[in-house]
Amino acid sequence: MRRKSHKRQPPVASVNSTETRSRPEPASFLDVRELRIHFDTDDGLLRAVDGVSFELEQGRTLGIVGESGSGKTVTSLGIMGLHRSRRARISGEIWLDGEELLSAAPERIRQLRGQKMAMVFQDPMSALHPFYTVGAQITEAYQAHHPKTDRRTARDRAVEMLNRVGIPRADQRVDDYPHQFSGGMRQRALIAMALINDPSLLIADEPTTALDVTVQAQILDLIRDLQQEFGSAVILITHDLGVVAELAHDILVMYAGKCVEKGPATKLFTAPEHPYTWGLLGSMPRVDRAPQERLLSIPGNPPSLIRLPQGCAFHPRCPFADRNGEKSFTEVPELTGASDPGHQVACHLPPEERRRIFAHDVAPRL
Amino acid sequence: MAARRGPRRPAVTAYIIRRVVGAVFLLFAVTAITFAIFFLVPRLAGETSTQLAAQYVGRDPSPEALAAVEKNLGFDLPLYQQYWQFVQGIFAGRTFQYGPDPSYCQAPCFGYSFKTHLPVWPEIAERIPVTLSLAAGAAVIWVVVGVAIGVLSALKRGSLFDRLSMGVALAGVSLPIFFTALISLALFSYKWPIFENLRYVPLTEDPVLWAKNLVLPWVTLAFLYSALYARLTRAGMLETMGEDYIRTARAKGLTERRVVVRHGLRAALTPLVTIFGLDLGLLLGGAVLTETAFSLPGVGQYAVQAITDNDLPKIMAVTTLGGFFIVVANLIVDVLYVALDPRVRYS
Repeated sequence: MRRKSHKRQPPVASVNSTETRSRPEPASFLDVRELRIHFDTDDGLLRAVDGVSFELEQGRTLGIVGESGSGKTVTSLGIMGLHRSRRARISGEIWLDGEELLSAAPERIRQLRGQKMAMVFQDPMSALHPFYTVGAQITEAYQAHHPKTDRRTARDRAVEMLNRVGIPRADQRVDDYPHQFSGGMRQRALIAMALINDPSLLIADEPTTALDVTVQAQILDLIRDLQQEFGSAVILITHDLGVVAELAHDILVMYAGKCVEKGPATKLFTAPEHPYTWGLLGSMPRVDRAPQERLLSIPGNPPSLIRLPQGCAFHPRCPFADRNGEKSFTEVPELTGASDPGHQVACHLPPEERRRIFAHDVAPRL
Repeated sequence: MAARRGPRRPAVTAYIIRRVVGAVFLLFAVTAITFAIFFLVPRLAGETSTQLAAQYVGRDPSPEALAAVEKNLGFDLPLYQQYWQFVQGIFAGRTFQYGPDPSYCQAPCFGYSFKTHLPVWPEIAERIPVTLSLAAGAAVIWVVVGVAIGVLSALKRGSLFDRLSMGVALAGVSLPIFFTALISLALFSYKWPIFENLRYVPLTEDPVLWAKNLVLPWVTLAFLYSALYARLTRAGMLETMGEDYIRTARAKGLTERRVVVRHGLRAALTPLVTIFGLDLGLLLGGAVLTETAFSLPGVGQYAVQAITDNDLPKIMAVTTLGGFFIVVANLIVDVLYVALDPRVRYS
């Protein structure tokens, strides 16, 4: 396992990084600072995650939102220490409960994985091993961190967890193979597997994307209930703002490997300040709108992470990029405080201009 | 929701019965095609049953003698009757009116050699242990070596070990057996006489000498297959280790060894079982090149002899036997799959 920590590297284009770096003790339960995950590819350096920072307390849910390829999954795999490619260059700091993960020994990370931090993946169809029973796979997760327990106890624990996540007749279904489970049940089983060791951090990476709409709601309810029950910190990764609206206390919007806006969920839904967030909100279909009304969509595609556009990475798709001279085309915007405390946005538009555009042009159409 | 739990035994039994029935049909098809190739095709090409009979009689036979042989061996009968007699001979034995006295040929009967006039089956039966010894020993070596190298190569992809072993594997796949066999003989039997006077000694007679004399053939044969299996295992492992369920296994916090062995290898090796079954079945029908190169009196060598002599009953027997081994190996693999891949149990 290769986890390279390049802490001595000078931070790239970040003014306040020296200040955050010098902070001796992490205040939050999970404290990610200036996380950079770059990959050496044959075409050049791919900046999948480029200086993302956030904090998360236990009992809170952080929603990370963005299009495919914005770096959401790469970020979460980085926290879990699951980037194994020799081409991955990881730098920054990840503090989990007072322990820095990027400089920790691989064996230590392995102990934390599945124990203190657990992850639920996007596609429940392929995330379970086809050759082993669901019960055996869940039991394995328990025994990996409780080597002294006998199989009977571990199995009972697996049945208990399957019960808890709402698998009917769990004591019988525990011996089923994954292909005998429906998609929703597999995702429940994976959640049971992730929660069996009572982790204090749960990362759910698009947990509902591959599921039917009716099942999606059930899974989200389940995650919320379990969080209230276990009090873990939850990172919910999704491209669907509707999903985070239900669950997240805080939201972080990612675009091209950077955080473009973050803040309390209520603020991001009522007073978003980044044009990209406006676009995301606008592309949410709503039933209370007239059917002939078109969704506000974001034109174009996410940029290549190897050759990012100059200046603000969003400028080629931003309808307001030319409102402040050349700045958006030449200068990378910093993440700075917005109108409310805890709300930050990376945009060159002057704050009052942003609020005016949102109030007049965007909000009426949402 | 239907009650679906635990392996459904009736489904498994039905699956196995289907496979066995299929295998029996396949065996019939093999004998029928073999028979057709050797009896129907010559006839279509204009050969008469008298010419066929002529091969059993000495030089310059009298027409009466020919006619007698033709009648006694049943060559004058319609082909389907001949085929039936052939099948009957295999399962129940048959009586030939060959020569002045009728002779009973015990099951499995493949008839008499054109050349020696001896029954074919005892000769083959004597040779099966030789081929079996060769194939089984080589199989053990190549599975262990091939899989080990393949796994290590996949895990250390792009490393010196990977490149080196894959280079050697490429050579192993490309070099023909008769070349590697002769090289190994030249080196280890003549230049450095470690394995001298190679001849087959039955296992029951002297296990040590049996093994010692088979080392070179084993290694030579296993070299080719190890190379093949190393490449297959490597490809399989690379594919499997990129699967989502491997990421899940790591996310659980399993040790890397457990991730590789229990989750990766298990999935990567299952398809290899199919190939292994076929390869072994094929070899049991006669490792022609290896047996010839090392002068091992096995089924393969017998087959070569039979073809050189144009000895039809022998060729028929060897071909049928080869088909039998492949069909049986396939059947075993199919049944084994029930245990290996739970998805088979339910489809």
